[in-house]
Amino acid sequence: MSDEVSAEILTTHILDLAAEGKRLDGRAPDEYRPVTIEPGFVATADGSALVRIGTTAVVSGIKLEPGKPFPDTPNAGVLTTNAELIPLSNAIFEPGPPQPGAIEVSRVVDRAIRAAETIDLTRLCVTPGEKSWVCYVDIHVLDHSGNLLDAASLAAVSALAHSTVPAKRFEIAEADYPLEVLHYPVECTFVRLGDTIVVDPTFDEERAAQGRITVATDEVRRVVAMQKGLVGAFSPDDVKEVVRRAFVHGDRLRALAKGGAA
Amino acid sequence: MGSVGAKEVPVLLSPEGLRIDGRRLDELRPIHIQVGALHNADGSAFVEWGANKVMAAVYGPREVHPRHLQQNNKAVIQCKYNMAAFSVDERKRPGLDRRSQEISKVIGEAFESVVFAEEYPRTSIDIYIEVLQANAGTRCAGLVAASMALADAGIPMVDLLPAVAVGKIAGKIALDLKKEEDNFGEADLPMALVPQSGRLVLIQMEGHMTEDELGQALELGVQGCREIYEKMKQALRDRYSTGPVGGSS
Repeated sequence: MSDEVSAEILTTHILDLAAEGKRLDGRAPDEYRPVTIEPGFVATADGSALVRIGTTAVVSGIKLEPGKPFPDTPNAGVLTTNAELIPLSNAIFEPGPPQPGAIEVSRVVDRAIRAAETIDLTRLCVTPGEKSWVCYVDIHVLDHSGNLLDAASLAAVSALAHSTVPAKRFEIAEADYPLEVLHYPVECTFVRLGDTIVVDPTFDEERAAQGRITVATDEVRRVVAMQKGLVGAFSPDDVKEVVRRAFVHGDRLRALAKGGAA
Repeated sequence: MGSVGAKEVPVLLSPEGLRIDGRRLDELRPIHIQVGALHNADGSAFVEWGANKVMAAVYGPREVHPRHLQQNNKAVIQCKYNMAAFSVDERKRPGLDRRSQEISKVIGEAFESVVFAEEYPRTSIDIYIEVLQANAGTRCAGLVAASMALADAGIPMVDLLPAVAVGKIAGKIALDLKKEEDNFGEADLPMALVPQSGRLVLIQMEGHMTEDELGQALELGVQGCREIYEKMKQALRDRYSTGPVGGSS
């Protein structure tokens, strides 16, 4: 049976189940899969974390290097986020330049980190207009079983929270010091399956979904970013509802991301 | 190659003949192999080898992309070796560079030499190797991981492919170089062995060795490969043996 046909049958089944408030893996509509975070997974990075949400696995690594501030922000360091949806992680990905999906993941993660002022970029400035730290957030998806946005953002924030500025290595200061993280934005993604909105979609649920919505919250109870994706629509009430639920899940995920932070 | 702060050449070999991490010349770094490390791939393995961390996944046999590569009498084997930007001291720009392309090619060819590709005409067997943390010997760690991933995917092969690099440090032939030894050593010779036939399906070399040293290096490498082969077979047993039948030795 071709992939398209089996996906179609699965989609129908997922939608039928959702109409009864059930899910294929037995979860309740507002139940998140088990989450684990392994900080410091990559020793060559200045900060890193391996995040697992069910069988989805994402690793993020931070690299800090001296560079030049942008001309329009001479007093700030530079933050760049890059996500690689590599073909190792799922049969749907092919090698080549970043596809729209990868670009969306990078940009949505970047937006939440930036908007929440996760790191104070002015502290990454060394000499105004001349020299500043460039903070690279690289995200590698190892196993794609759905909800890459949440996994990627959780990995990125956890990695930042466990990062060291390699000031001694680059002869900028006498000693290395921890990167200060001021806020902990966490993204929480939902999809619509008929009239039911479920949290933390699996790969098959994403394929069956009639709209996806991601809400990033932080620990001072701000919504710092949102992103609607896929074909489908949400009412304003739906949005209010998912924001409320995003805070509940966000608080729990945040505690995990902070866990053991230096 | 060297980290930004590194200026001095470290002492690679102590007067007692021990290396910077305390190993003897013929000693491997610790190797840990996990078969079936990923959910989505048809076969996968995670290898921690010294301070290397390498993930490999196999997809296929499946449709060939791009289509024109399809062969009517056998499967095509496509290998992609890639290093994560954060896997090395100075951030590597993401994407394929010439080094990665060359390594992908030689690893792919090594597997073409052992996979029964004629069993699966008009298909592709795709091997993906992701280096997450690098500390010299990543292509060998990648080969070992990919071998395990192919076995995990149930692809028929002549044999698994153990691989190791042999080098020359402080004038001596040494097994399985780590980063400092690779950076400051005099030669590096990665190889992959087909244990059943005793033949090598990957051989590369960079640096300088005498003819004698090269002979010595090949012998040491084969010995190292055989040691790794045992670990690979054990990792498969750990993953797949269900009871006393088949042995858990």
